[in-house]
Amino acid sequence: MPVTQTPSGPVWTRRTTTEQWASWAGWLAVAVLFVISWQVMNTNTIWSFVDDAPRQAGDLLSRSWPPRWSYVGNLWLPLWDTLNMATLGTLIGTILAVPTAFFAARNTTPSVAILRPVALFVIVASRSINSLIWALLLVAILGPGILAGIIAIALRSIGFIGKLLYEAIEEIDESQVEAIRATGAGGWQVLDYGIVPQVLPAFAGITVFRWDINIRESTILGLVGAGGIGLQLQSSLNVLAWSQVTVIFALILVTVIVSEWVSGKVRTAII
Amino acid sequence: MLRIDALDKRYKTGDHALKGVSFTVERGQVVGLIGPSGAGKSTLIRCINRLVESSRGKVLLNDVEITGMSGSGLRRMRRRIGMIFQEYALVERLTVMENVLSGRLGYVPFWRSFLRRYPQADVDKAFALLDRVGLTDHVDKRADALSGGQRQRVGIARALEQDPELLLVDEPTASLDPKTSRQIMRLICEVCRERQLPAIINIHDVSLAQMFVDRIIGLRAGEVVFDGPPDGLDHAALTEIYGEEDWNQMRAEKEEDARDEEDAAAFEATRRERMEGIA
Repeated sequence: MPVTQTPSGPVWTRRTTTEQWASWAGWLAVAVLFVISWQVMNTNTIWSFVDDAPRQAGDLLSRSWPPRWSYVGNLWLPLWDTLNMATLGTLIGTILAVPTAFFAARNTTPSVAILRPVALFVIVASRSINSLIWALLLVAILGPGILAGIIAIALRSIGFIGKLLYEAIEEIDESQVEAIRATGAGGWQVLDYGIVPQVLPAFAGITVFRWDINIRESTILGLVGAGGIGLQLQSSLNVLAWSQVTVIFALILVTVIVSEWVSGKVRTAII
Repeated sequence: MLRIDALDKRYKTGDHALKGVSFTVERGQVVGLIGPSGAGKSTLIRCINRLVESSRGKVLLNDVEITGMSGSGLRRMRRRIGMIFQEYALVERLTVMENVLSGRLGYVPFWRSFLRRYPQADVDKAFALLDRVGLTDHVDKRADALSGGQRQRVGIARALEQDPELLLVDEPTASLDPKTSRQIMRLICEVCRERQLPAIINIHDVSLAQMFVDRIIGLRAGEVVFDGPPDGLDHAALTEIYGEEDWNQMRAEKEEDARDEEDAAAFEATRRERMEGIA
């Protein structure tokens, strides 16, 4: 904290003069960025399209309403596929993520020089690619269908669960580990008594949260041919059957609400 | 019997924590290890069960050298040394029983500990110890549901469940109020006498140490500067260990603090009663 001595006693300010100037420069940069962005947005917009936007939106809404509720009968099987895709994908992802997380955590990795960087790379690689992109690649490799979706979800989940879990492992209270080690416990026993109980609530929370996210993601994987309700969405969009699209949206909404409710319940039950 | 011979510890950071410490602890003797913060008390007891590696010197428990052991030999040695910690170091999310049984980890194979299927003899021992420390009613509670004093009792039971030949105690009362501190110290010293256990207790509170232990070792900057009976710890010895300070005044303040704590506890009790009366 910058304190300056003046004849009338010490004066305290939040920032030094240099810091104050840096702060002003920062705000100026934000303002400039805003102006530039505004210009870019305006030059690349065809205003004649925007002008009739309200009419277009109204048109779309009138076509979407009333929803064709009878279509819901065709959706139960794809919805079931979607749920299976999310759940199996989360399961496989979790099974692969747990050892990866223990290899990546600084306090549990068996080899800092080799295994830890490898595990961290696996996590980063998995996280950097969206499940939709994974699905796109896998549909090309495995052909369209639910299997590509499951693997896409699993591959993306490894990074998410692995990262959050290894951070949880690194934050444990080492004194409990030390106490277990002092009893003469072996390596696996230290893991079982000293570390696992401490990360279990975090693990449960992370997994259920990822399952919840995966339900939402798996609804759109069908757009690239990976099965599930997204496939129905795609075909309805292709034939401009807006009243069916409304039904699909409604069903996705209900599914997501239910999955959030379930994951919330599970999390409070475990912690 | 524990023998420590010219024990030396230099950390990688360059701190010279122990400078040739040597002493012997006989069976059933309770030693209070005192000294200012940073004197090397924690390092010393952790060098004994090898949670910290010493740089030079030897530690022998019943004529077996601990320094230099590794792998399963080291684990078999550790299970004979019970340790009690400052912040209890219980596994917070496990039950009291699981925490006490974890004292047997060095004796049972992994599958038994993983499935929590300990031999009945171990469970009987755990029940007996929980009875001894006065926690019979809390067997099934999770460790984080207990108060500080109760947790430390679980810590004591866990250490005794190991059937130790030596007890290492690291600041057992630092997080406890004065009354509970005395109860815990009394309990530790009683069990040591019952079992003829040698013990080393790191402790900040000099008057508490004098009240309970058989022998006091004073450590300053990694060196033993006092070794003798508790009543031999006079003004000169305390100055040697801690540096210049008005020790008599400190003791008076200490008693005043204890009185304040008791007053506060009494106030708290009446307040709670009154609240319950209102409810």
